[in-house]
Amino acid sequence: MTPKSKQALLDPLFDNNPIALQVLGICSALAVTTKMETATVMALAVIAVIALSNLSVSFIRNYIPPSIRIIVQLTIIASLVIVTDQILKAFVYETSKQLSVFVGLIITNCIVMGRAEAYAMQNPPVESLMDGIGNGLGYGLVLIIVGFFRELFGSGSLYGIQILTPVTEGGWYQPNGLMVLAPAAFFLIGIFIWILRTIKPEQVTED
Amino acid sequence: MQSKVSYIIGFCVAVCLVCSVFVSLAAVGLKDRQETNKLLDRQKKVLTVAGLIDADAQVSPEEIQSLFSSRIRSVVVDLRTGTVDSETDPATYDQMKAAKDDALSDEVDKNPAGVPRVPHRALVYQMSTEAIAEGQEAFSVEAWIFPIHGKGLWSTLYGYISLAPDFNQVRGLIFYQHAETPGLGGEVDNKTWLGKWPNRLVYGPAGTAFDPTADNAVQLRVIKGTAGSIEEAPHSVDGLSGATITSNGVSHSLDFWLGGSGFGSFIKNQLAATAAVQAGGSAP
Repeated sequence: MTPKSKQALLDPLFDNNPIALQVLGICSALAVTTKMETATVMALAVIAVIALSNLSVSFIRNYIPPSIRIIVQLTIIASLVIVTDQILKAFVYETSKQLSVFVGLIITNCIVMGRAEAYAMQNPPVESLMDGIGNGLGYGLVLIIVGFFRELFGSGSLYGIQILTPVTEGGWYQPNGLMVLAPAAFFLIGIFIWILRTIKPEQVTED
Repeated sequence: MQSKVSYIIGFCVAVCLVCSVFVSLAAVGLKDRQETNKLLDRQKKVLTVAGLIDADAQVSPEEIQSLFSSRIRSVVVDLRTGTVDSETDPATYDQMKAAKDDALSDEVDKNPAGVPRVPHRALVYQMSTEAIAEGQEAFSVEAWIFPIHGKGLWSTLYGYISLAPDFNQVRGLIFYQHAETPGLGGEVDNKTWLGKWPNRLVYGPAGTAFDPTADNAVQLRVIKGTAGSIEEAPHSVDGLSGATITSNGVSHSLDFWLGGSGFGSFIKNQLAATAAVQAGGSAP
């Protein structure tokens, strides 16, 4: 792997995380992180879509007429999202039912189009693919961290396996109702950004 | 060259063609699998509400299919006449689709359950006491499973209620589709709460005759607070704390579907038929 594609793959994890640094793709991060399982499947779906959209946009980057480049990118992304949605419905039906409209809404996820426009339009296919996977992983990492805390403290379980037995099941744990509501994801993402910027002060934006 | 109109149009057509090929391939190629999944999901819910499988258990598709075909029979009920409609094939009948079709459903007056249209026919399941052999026609019914739905706080709750052959005693309740607040209204999926339903009574006191089509025939309610034991409160179930509107939605759905506007006349006919058999008369 060339240093450039390695950088494209690893940079978005912590140094240039799409959610933590660029604060993109927040809406779906709030909606699908009540459980680890949905968060994981969503992360995989987004990784697949960004990677493939970056790859295909990069392949035809020299042929795309500049005046219609955004709409061409969107057509490619939308097709990939529909294919992903169909695959999820065919193979992980239960989870796809829980993800409901959010798989379809990957089309509007700013990270996907952001990477196609900002990276894949200027870089060769292999590096674009790596950049796509890297950004997908960066997004997925935050989703899984948020999902971990929300499921553990909101339902007392991880991947559906009971860890803390809640009072309603006859145990001792009083589930934190806030965790299953969308605002909890805001707090957790905020805390994640705070910790990340304390470790890496260069990410702090000047007033 | 790339700014020429002809090039731009040509490029658009090419991109659209390639993309549409991929999308159509995925949609057509995976259709069978998706349909199977949908069917399996519904069968699993029916088996769960019948008490044949545990809600959390990992059950293989083969087991679901074999249990469903050996213990469950589907019948199409004509809600207008309250009789079994043997003309319509239950395997292909889609009640949800029919409820949206003007020709297959009727608009109903504004009701607390928030049901806009009632289909002419409904898909009802019978659970047999023992496994039914291939080609066997008669079997003893252990439970009847009725589809219900109604508005909660955010969404329409879709579920099944399973009733004993006397149509009064509840065997189980389950919801298979809703979007209520997790932790509050979403607790309709809570196993402990659903476990409070079996053996409660829908209509009058146990052992008495009742008319399901009468006004306020359905007495079963989700109340505020704690209902207590089945002996103390046979017609009440604990409310979901913090989810009054969802709880009311469940009550209203039961009222609508098990009363005169839903399966009431069918249940009435079935009860009359049973009474006729017991009185020594011939079954219709």
